[in-house]
Amino acid sequence: MKRLLILGAGTAGTMMANKMRKALDREDWNITIVDQHKTHYYQPGFLFIPFGIYQKQDVIKSKSDFIPPGVDLIYSAIDKVVSDDNKVFLEGGKVLNYDVLIIATGTHTAPEETPGLKDKLWYKEIFDFYTIDGAVALQKYFKSFEGGNLVMAITELPYKCPVAPIEFVCLADAYFTQKGIRDKVKISFVTPLPGAFTKPIATKMLSELLKEKNIEVIPEFYIESIDNENKKLKSYDGQEIDFDVLTIVPVNMGSDMVERSGMGDDLNFIPTNKQTLQSEKAENIFVIGDASNIPTSKAGSVAHFSGEILYDNILSYIEGRPLLAKFDGHANCYIETGFGKGALIDFNYETEPLPGTFPLPGIGPFGLLKNTKINHYGKVIFRWIYWHILLKGKEMPIEAEMTMAGKKRVKI
Amino acid sequence: MVEKTFAGTIVNLNDEGYFEDMNQWNKEIAAEIAKEEGIELTDKHFQVLEFLRAKVEKGETLTIRSVGKSGIVDIKEFYQLFPGGPLKKSTKIAGIKKPTSCV
Ligand SMILES: Cc1cc2nc3c(=O)[nH]c(=O)nc-3n(C[C@H](O)[C@H](O)[C@H](O)COP(=O)(O)OP(=O)(O)OC[C@H]3O[C@@H](n4cnc5c(N)ncnc54)[C@H](O)[C@@H]3O)c2cc1C
Repeated sequence: MKRLLILGAGTAGTMMANKMRKALDREDWNITIVDQHKTHYYQPGFLFIPFGIYQKQDVIKSKSDFIPPGVDLIYSAIDKVVSDDNKVFLEGGKVLNYDVLIIATGTHTAPEETPGLKDKLWYKEIFDFYTIDGAVALQKYFKSFEGGNLVMAITELPYKCPVAPIEFVCLADAYFTQKGIRDKVKISFVTPLPGAFTKPIATKMLSELLKEKNIEVIPEFYIESIDNENKKLKSYDGQEIDFDVLTIVPVNMGSDMVERSGMGDDLNFIPTNKQTLQSEKAENIFVIGDASNIPTSKAGSVAHFSGEILYDNILSYIEGRPLLAKFDGHANCYIETGFGKGALIDFNYETEPLPGTFPLPGIGPFGLLKNTKINHYGKVIFRWIYWHILLKGKEMPIEAEMTMAGKKRVKI
Repeated sequence: MVEKTFAGTIVNLNDEGYFEDMNQWNKEIAAEIAKEEGIELTDKHFQVLEFLRAKVEKGETLTIRSVGKSGIVDIKEFYQLFPGGPLKKSTKIAGIKKPTSCV
């Protein structure tokens, strides 16, 4: 009996377990998946918790509900991969052999990487919303917040869901407007990037949007440390920003298990072939989701699109055929902009987000780089799609490969 | 694309002034570009430039953080060597493409 071993039962690992179980004969292939936690979080929902739009129970389910029959689920922390021996060590010493390994251990926030972040003010006046605890603590804080300087800051690139901090400030604008205290809240957006976003056309659209909402963008600010006494952000080149309440995206890092396995870069992301999704370390190791270093967004939509490619390539690998399926970096992100509206971006390694309609050229219903009500519903529906289609590895009516149909090439 | 002459050599630059071909680079050229940016290159600068070029040759992505872990400079010193946007300036002077952070 051969074994396909999957490390991490988050978005990407769960999806691959479902896809591969349908394809591999149960007589020949055991599939085993390992994760340290029993709860599956719908992470995109964390964004809504600080504003009371979602509660904790709206974003959690049992991991085991999504693992299909015929797949062995082990709850354990993973110690390391020894690729030369095709073995994975679990915490406590248990050893699993594998024929093919999929690493899907994602990324987590590492506040301890920034001096002064996990200090006196942590979860008192400094919050992250990238974890359930941070999001819940911030909801509580906002309920009695009467005004002041709200700073949203990004510490380091890359971080998962690159649009989430922009969505956060837009939702904060709407939330404080509805509470009737928007005039008492100053909102700033602090980023190490040269603008609100990475790619020029989307940056232009999003900068205009933030300006309209009276949210100040402070670009090229690379955080060195946080001064808890004086409530200031300090940058490496000596600039300072005052805050009353700070929401922050801490440094995002790959799993420590990657470091222990000697497989990662300086942030523990795994060097991976960006087209075939094969690891650079070994032919029988594949990497999917936030754990890899491929140059596209760390997002659930990327895990979904790349999942189709990985499925083909693993079957090719097992049958000794060349890995012909090539991932194009396709990402598709709804951007919640507040007041019941949203924007949408769709892009890949080569093509930056462009305006147009999606998925049907000229029809939509979704508008690319446009702020519309229907895009907001796209985001709302995404939660249903996530639990019922994406995790279960089912087909969606959207091609894995990005298409230019419906997009307009524009100059800025 | 534009052509420009540095230290007697014609090089091809993109619209933002970054090299199209990293092989057209040499130390004299670097010194002239640095001057335009108001920087006088020292040995430390060159060590950083070589580090960046080596990373790019290996196909690795460049981050300020990785320079800070290079053992040549820490992040603060990197800012001091290339004031006002260390990665943008150093890559321009190193004759390599402007690092794009992926979305
Ligand atoms: C606030 C927020 C908003 C977001 N919004 C969106 C959005 O709108 N659209 C979108 O597409 N994406 C969004 N995302 C991103 C999306 O949630 C992630 O990209 C996606 O979940 C990545 O899937 P993954 O399987 O790679 O990692 P994860 O789902 O994080 O799973 C990794 C798993 O590995 C396990 N693991 C790690 N290390 C170990 C170890 N050593 N031992 C055992 N188990 C281990 C973890 O417990 C975890 O279960 C958002 C994320 C956040 C935080």
